[in-house]
Formats: sequence, structure tokens, C-alpha cells
Amino acid sequence: MIERRIQSGVGPKTGHKNEKGVGCLNIIVCIKQVPSTSNVEVDPVTGVLRRDGIKSKMNPYDLFALEQAFLLREQYGGTVAALSMGPNQAMDVLYEALYMGADSAVLASDRRFAGADVLATSYTLAQCVRKMGKYDLIVCGKQTTDGDTGQVGPEMAEWLEIPHACNAISIESFSEGAFTVKVNMDHSIYTLKIEAPCLITVDKDVNTPRLPSYLRRKRAGNAQISVWSMDDLADQAESHYGLSGSPTQVERIFPPEAHDDRECFKGSGEELADRLYSLLRQKKRI
Amino acid sequence: MAHIEVNQKKVTPEIAERLSSVCPFGALVVGEKGLSIESGCRLCGLCLKADKDGVLTLVKDEPTVEVVKSSSRGIAVLAECMGNQVHPITLELLGKALEMAAPTGQPVFVVVIGWKVSSAVESLRCYGADKIYVYDDRSLEHFEPLRYASCVEDFVRKVRPSVVMAGATSMGRSVAPRIAARFRTGITADCTGLALREDGDLVQTRPAFGGNIMAQIVTPRTRPQLCTVRYRVFDAAQKREGPTSQVEVMEEPDGLEKAGACILEVLAKPKEPDISEAEVIVAVGRGVKDEAGLHLVRKLADILGAQLACTRPMVENGWFDPRRQIGLSGRTVKPKLIITIGVSGAVQFAAGMDKSEFIISINNDPEASIFNISHLGLVGDLYEVLPAFIEKVGREEPVR
Repeated sequence: MIERRIQSGVGPKTGHKNEKGVGCLNIIVCIKQVPSTSNVEVDPVTGVLRRDGIKSKMNPYDLFALEQAFLLREQYGGTVAALSMGPNQAMDVLYEALYMGADSAVLASDRRFAGADVLATSYTLAQCVRKMGKYDLIVCGKQTTDGDTGQVGPEMAEWLEIPHACNAISIESFSEGAFTVKVNMDHSIYTLKIEAPCLITVDKDVNTPRLPSYLRRKRAGNAQISVWSMDDLADQAESHYGLSGSPTQVERIFPPEAHDDRECFKGSGEELADRLYSLLRQKKRI
Repeated sequence: MAHIEVNQKKVTPEIAERLSSVCPFGALVVGEKGLSIESGCRLCGLCLKADKDGVLTLVKDEPTVEVVKSSSRGIAVLAECMGNQVHPITLELLGKALEMAAPTGQPVFVVVIGWKVSSAVESLRCYGADKIYVYDDRSLEHFEPLRYASCVEDFVRKVRPSVVMAGATSMGRSVAPRIAARFRTGITADCTGLALREDGDLVQTRPAFGGNIMAQIVTPRTRPQLCTVRYRVFDAAQKREGPTSQVEVMEEPDGLEKAGACILEVLAKPKEPDISEAEVIVAVGRGVKDEAGLHLVRKLADILGAQLACTRPMVENGWFDPRRQIGLSGRTVKPKLIITIGVSGAVQFAAGMDKSEFIISINNDPEASIFNISHLGLVGDLYEVLPAFIEKVGREEPVR
């Protein structure tokens, strides 16, 4: 069994708080490497993927999360650690985070992590967070551009038994062991007080992420990225990781279906304008 | 651990090259020792399909947990209320739940969480659910993930539904993943298609791999099966003659007050242009390259009384407000008519609009995937088509 107790409330506080309840924040930022294009198609006949050479980049939403962490560190002092899970190539985004200003970086990389869905991914990341030691805040991007789900952050918070808030537009302050945060709900803006340690996902465009700097790059030249495999984590049951730890299964993939009642015309501007006009006329839109 | 094994004896350079080119994650690497599988492997299985020579074998684990699927029954919809109003997503989820329940005979439940929700519950009773479970408490007035998760957990433990559906809204996206971890079960976000098998497995379809691909996903070993669905993907349940749903008021779980964040203030957002409510939309993509193009598009929108919307790049380059973006990272729309101008039709965009009643697309690239989902495709230069159209309208009748 995975060791955790289910409680209706918040779990035990593992985070760090100094005597005055302010100061020094240890922040972990979760980042992900994503494909930089979405140019992947399935051949409808063979079911095989056609692809252009796939290049990768940091999930753009994570840049706002990193920047938010740096801003808090500037205000309160402390450290920012970047955490990612993925193949060895994912080191690239961790280096980028270091060059932007992260103090340390951890990559969870192991073939046994492969094929992880939301549950197994969030569990693996939560295991890494536990190993990383005391923290006050985990910051995640709102979602990724390849999965677009935004589910891993809140699910990590559940594994870690800490509260969370999604879509923060600002983290206003940290005092007496709690953050004051403004979050963007569908129809309203909530201002809430959330106790550390907690997890906050950051909305996009809430700040202007800094660029990786040459100076930091030089300074970080020797910075090491810790690479952890399953053997480094407290829970070593293979059945909790990767495909085995994933309750969802992808049964098949297929190209999106095309509408069958469709018409397509090629022609001059004038001809096509006529088509458009008569159709909109027929539909009583003009 | 499940993994793919390579029989190096059967590997030839040609086979290695071919299989390696199939992998979307670059995890099949041709090296000195033949073909190796790197940690990027996500076990998508495409190489297995392409393997005609028996080079690769999938080594599977036997599932360790046998779930008695029959002990979980019913489809539950997590309702979303704004004060006394029921969010339309709730009725859409309910519509789908009832449709899936009809042939399988599963009961349909609605879970309402909030404070002073009795009139919302009363109106929900007319939409065909078998039973409505209500958590009504002062501490639930505003959404807080831990408090709401406690209520959903309580409901799942007591009622044991097979499926729990939530809206892919701020609330659903925040609370559903917590429930997934709490019950160590699967969650599939932003489903665009749902169907229920006879054995109770929920077949979930969603765009995946960040590409023009749909994935069909099941959660065969665990219950409940969790999914979220965006607003305006499914048709809303129809209102019935009278209230038919039973109501059970649940006792709120212990410790609600203290759990989670403390909400200090709630401010209503100013009313913004809401493209997801629009009846007619003109959507702009990268094919519109300049101010002159935008001017043409605005004119077209004026003629049709349409709302303007756009693709992600148009937001990223600062031409449009993010609230006008259609797609997975923007809004889902389902207008009666949508005209896309210079939109290529990436799956992320298409997923946000392909349920529109009628789709017209203008693009000069005949291969653009937008044409696969368009009812009327016009392959041509928008800078020629639009002026000709606008002129024609001006000639034939006064602009509205």
C-alpha cells in the first residue's frame, strides 16, 4: 500500500516556518519539457504517426511559475528549486531554469517512470518533493501545452496532504505562515489565505518571465542537476510508477474524424465570395 | 514493470531505422548495440504496431488489484452552482450521463455542494436524474478544493458510483484531481467523447500527445472513473414535466470548517465578451497577417452580427484578448455558425469548436486540416474572397 492517511482536512505540516512566521521561503517549481510544435499527425490508413523532427522547449506556462518563485525569493529570501520528470533530454529545461535563477534542480528520470498518467506522474513528483526536504511552497504552471489538462498540480497537493489553489493571478504576501493569494475563478476573483506548505498554480501572463542570463549561465556552469531514479525515492514499489502505476490506459489513437457532409471549393476570390454569399443567404444570416 | 523488449538478433539496420522513425518521443535509438529503448518511452505502442518482423515484445504486468466492477454502480455528475443558479455545464454533463445510462440501466446521480442551494436543487429535480445528493453548509459557500473534495469523497464512499463527471471549469479542474489521488484512480481531463461499455468501463476520448491525434482512454482497474468535460461539448439535458429526482440531504463531513484555505473576499469579475455564448463567430488565424486583414474580418463580423474569436498565435502576438481564444487553452464554443479565416485547424483549436453546428473555412492551403471538419471549405486567398464578399453584400443590401 502507498503510505498515506486519508483525512478530511489538511495533513501534517511538513513545511518550514521561522519563529516570526515570516522570512526565508523554500520554493519548489515544477516544470515540464514539451514538444515545441504540434505537428504530429496519424496516418488514417496505417494508424502510424507521421512526424516532423520533434524539438522541445520548456512548457511556456512554467515560465510564469518560475518568475513568481523568483519574485517571492527576492521579497522574502530563500531558495528556488526546479523539479521535472522526463527523459534525460529534459535536463535542457532544468538548465534553462538554473540560468533564469533557480538555485538547484532535480530530474526524476527512470525507464520505470515511462507511460505515467496523471496519477503516476503526480505520485512520482510528490515522492521527489518529499525527498527534497522542507518546503513552504510548490509553484506549478496553469497547465502544459502538450497535455493541456492542469491536473498534475492539484493531484500532487493531495498526495502531499497540503492545501492548494489554482490559477493564482498574484501572490500578494507571506506572513504568519500563510500566503495571501488572488485566484482567478470562472466568474470571480477570490482573495484567500492559504497556509504553508501549499501548492499554487499560476495563471498565465501574470508576470513577465526573466530571460536566462549569461552571467547566471556562467555562474551556474558547474551547477549539478540531481537525477533521481526510483531507487532514490522512499517508495520503491514499481507498481506505483509509470505504466503499472497508471489506472488509465490509452486503448488506441486515431486521427480526429472529419465531417462527412462537407463540401470544398477552390476558385477565384469572386467565385468563392459568391459561394459564401449564397450559403449565408440560404442560412438567413444576411 | 511493463516495458518493451528488443530482440537484437532480429534487428537489421533497415528495421532499426524504420522503427526508430515511428516513435513520436524519439525514445527508440539506433546505436552500436542495435536498437535501444530510452527513458523517453511512453509505451504508446506505435512501434509495436509498425513492427512486422517480431523485433519488439511488450512485456506486461498482470494487474495486481482486481476490482469488483459490479460493486460500483451509477453515473454521478458533480454540479456547479453559482448561488442559486445552476451552471449550464451541469445540465450538459447530466444530458450525457442520462444518454449513457439509458441503455445500461445505471442510475444517474447529481451531487450539489454549496450553501443555501435549495432552489438550485429544486430546479435540478426537473432534469431526469434519479437522485440528488446535497451538501449544504456555510463553509461551502465558496469553492475551496479541500472542503469540496471532502464532500465528494464522502459521497463516493457512501454511494460508490462507477463514474464521476465534473466540468472542466476552475472548480472541476481543481477538485477532480484530488479525488483521483484520494481513491488512487484515473482521471481523464477535457473529454470530447464519452461512452459506457456494458462492463461499466467508461470510454473516454480526448485530444492527446499535443498533436492532431485523438486518444481513446479507459480506466479498467479502478473505480470511480473520473472525467472532466468542457462547457458546450455535450447537449444539455431537457427539462421534464415535473420534478422527478429524489433528494437526499447529506450530513457534512467532519472538520470542514478548518480544512483548506480561508477565503477572505470574492469579487465578481466584470462582464466580459463571452465567445462561448455567441451564436455566430468569426475566428481569425495566422493567415490574417496585417491590420488590413483584420479590418476585412471585422467587417465580415459586423455584417453577420458575429463575435470575433481567434487562435492561440493571435493571442500570443498580442492582437487579441486571451478571452477571445478558441481551443484547448482557450474557450470551447458551439455556435450555430462559425467562419474561420486563415485558420489551419490544429487539433487544439478544433477541439474548441468542432461541435459548432455549421463550419465555414477560408484558407489558401488546400491541405489545411481545418477543411476536414468544415462543412463548407473555401480554398482561396482571404484577401480576395473577403473584399469581393463585402462588396457583394454592400451592393445587394444595406449592411445591418
